[in-house]
Amino acid sequence: MTSPDSQSSQGAEDQPLDLNRNFRDRRTLTSIALSTLTTVVTILACIPLFSVLAMLAWRGGKRLNWAIFTETPPTGFETGGGFGNAIMGTLVMVGIAAVMSVPFGILAAIFLAELGPKSKTATVVRFCIKVLSGFPSILAGVFVYATIVLAMGYSAFAGSIALSVLMLPIVVLTAEEAMKMVPARMKEAAAGMGCTRTQVVWKIVLPTALPGMLTGVMLAVARAAGETAPLLFTAMSSPQYWIFEDGKLKLDEPASSLAVLIFNLSSSPYDNLLELAWAAALVLVLIVLFFNIVGQVLSRRKFKT
Amino acid sequence: MSQAAEPSTGQTENEATDRQVVIDCSMQKLFYGSFLAVRDSRIQIHKGEITAFIGPSGCGKSTALRCINRMNDLIPSFRFEGHVHFRGEDIYAPSVDPVRVRRYIGMVFQQPNPFAMSIYKNVAFGLKLNRVKDDVPGRVEKALRGAALWDEVKDKLNQSGLSLSGGQQQRLCIARAIATEPEVLLMDEPCSALDPIATRKIEELMQELKQRYTIAIVTHNLQQAQRVADRTAFMYVDSSQGGRTGYLVEYAHTRQMFEDPKEEYTRQYIRGEFS
Repeated sequence: MTSPDSQSSQGAEDQPLDLNRNFRDRRTLTSIALSTLTTVVTILACIPLFSVLAMLAWRGGKRLNWAIFTETPPTGFETGGGFGNAIMGTLVMVGIAAVMSVPFGILAAIFLAELGPKSKTATVVRFCIKVLSGFPSILAGVFVYATIVLAMGYSAFAGSIALSVLMLPIVVLTAEEAMKMVPARMKEAAAGMGCTRTQVVWKIVLPTALPGMLTGVMLAVARAAGETAPLLFTAMSSPQYWIFEDGKLKLDEPASSLAVLIFNLSSSPYDNLLELAWAAALVLVLIVLFFNIVGQVLSRRKFKT
Repeated sequence: MSQAAEPSTGQTENEATDRQVVIDCSMQKLFYGSFLAVRDSRIQIHKGEITAFIGPSGCGKSTALRCINRMNDLIPSFRFEGHVHFRGEDIYAPSVDPVRVRRYIGMVFQQPNPFAMSIYKNVAFGLKLNRVKDDVPGRVEKALRGAALWDEVKDKLNQSGLSLSGGQQQRLCIARAIATEPEVLLMDEPCSALDPIATRKIEELMQELKQRYTIAIVTHNLQQAQRVADRTAFMYVDSSQGGRTGYLVEYAHTRQMFEDPKEEYTRQYIRGEFS
């Protein structure tokens, strides 16, 4: 057993020692080429984002003024104007959608992650939610159109429901993932302290998973804020109305939103309206960016697991 | 509530004779699904003593320990035949809530597992759970002192429990467990993730803790059992029936176990002839 071993090691010692990197070696070249390729491609992946941002900043930036937050869109021949009602419409509808989908989604996620992760119910529900998360957003609009709009007419509330349908899977899946990341030994410790299952969830799992869940909520909000298709069939748009006026929320009337406004304005022939569309696009991107950044900040844990 | 109940146990036992049995753990059959994990083992744990469970991997010593506060009930396929008497009451009786059992019988785990919250909140966790409201800061300090951690953390009680070193985390877990003053403390290989210095600290701590708590410890380390334990239970694996079923080979005072074991298996194991 030992003799071939010692022989071969002696044989290796006889050879001259060569530790220098050899650039004619094929393996070295392949390695360098692949590392370079992946670096370049990674950087290229950012180009679409930055070119869109640059274009928005250039074309929309010049129309950024106070009026766009306070005024409603003008008609074709007018000058000036703004889209404050659309900003407010987007924020209100997304907010209501979040109020509906977040508690619902997190409670569902508690079941999926903690109470019955391997149960048949969980398997089926998890599959359905994954399908739903890849759902074309226009179908959410059509669904709400068929169930609510046909019965009650176009309304901001119907728009919120359509958005909440799109937010739900994101909330559920990220919240489940965040709860699964809570180390099993922490749950065990809580159980060992004499926590009931509910107490383990409320006192340990939810607080520990909170940053991750909030990130998911923010991602869902950011996605919903940018959706056009579900709102086209539901909230429609109302160029002149404010969703919140005279101290009342008018959820039962059509409401303007940034995404639909951009869609409508961008097909108009008037320069003023086109400029406003660019400005609206910039504002929308800034709102989405804001929620994304908030999500990132929230995901920084105070007490890391 | 547990605080009120604790002093009512008889404190009049005679040091000279055998101390009072706090836990009488009689495991006839213990299954995970169809797998028989432990059979025919009876271990009596005496008040104010440290009882060590030793044996090779897979001999069911952790399983046996987890029977004592019904932690095994968290595993859905777990099935238990036998009884565990805690102060004369069978904790496996149908009317018993496992959650309540765990408030009297605390546990320290193999991996230090502080919660993702501040040091203070970690220790106060059990107090809050038991709705103890009076003098929480005092109780937290007492528990941290009891776990020999106070001097190291008194200036950073608001920092994360997870920012501590492994040995400190484990002492934090001990502090968390003793804050509610349980009667019995179960320790499942509490030092296996720690370095020798931290291990020594925990062992010294256990000697102090046994003045007030009854301790049962699972350990891989024979020397540790020899150093800390008053009594030692040696468990071994029986693979004769195909499975790997653990059972109790010998249970005796530690000194007797290590100097003059009755069983041949024990003798071989202690000499290091197998592991």
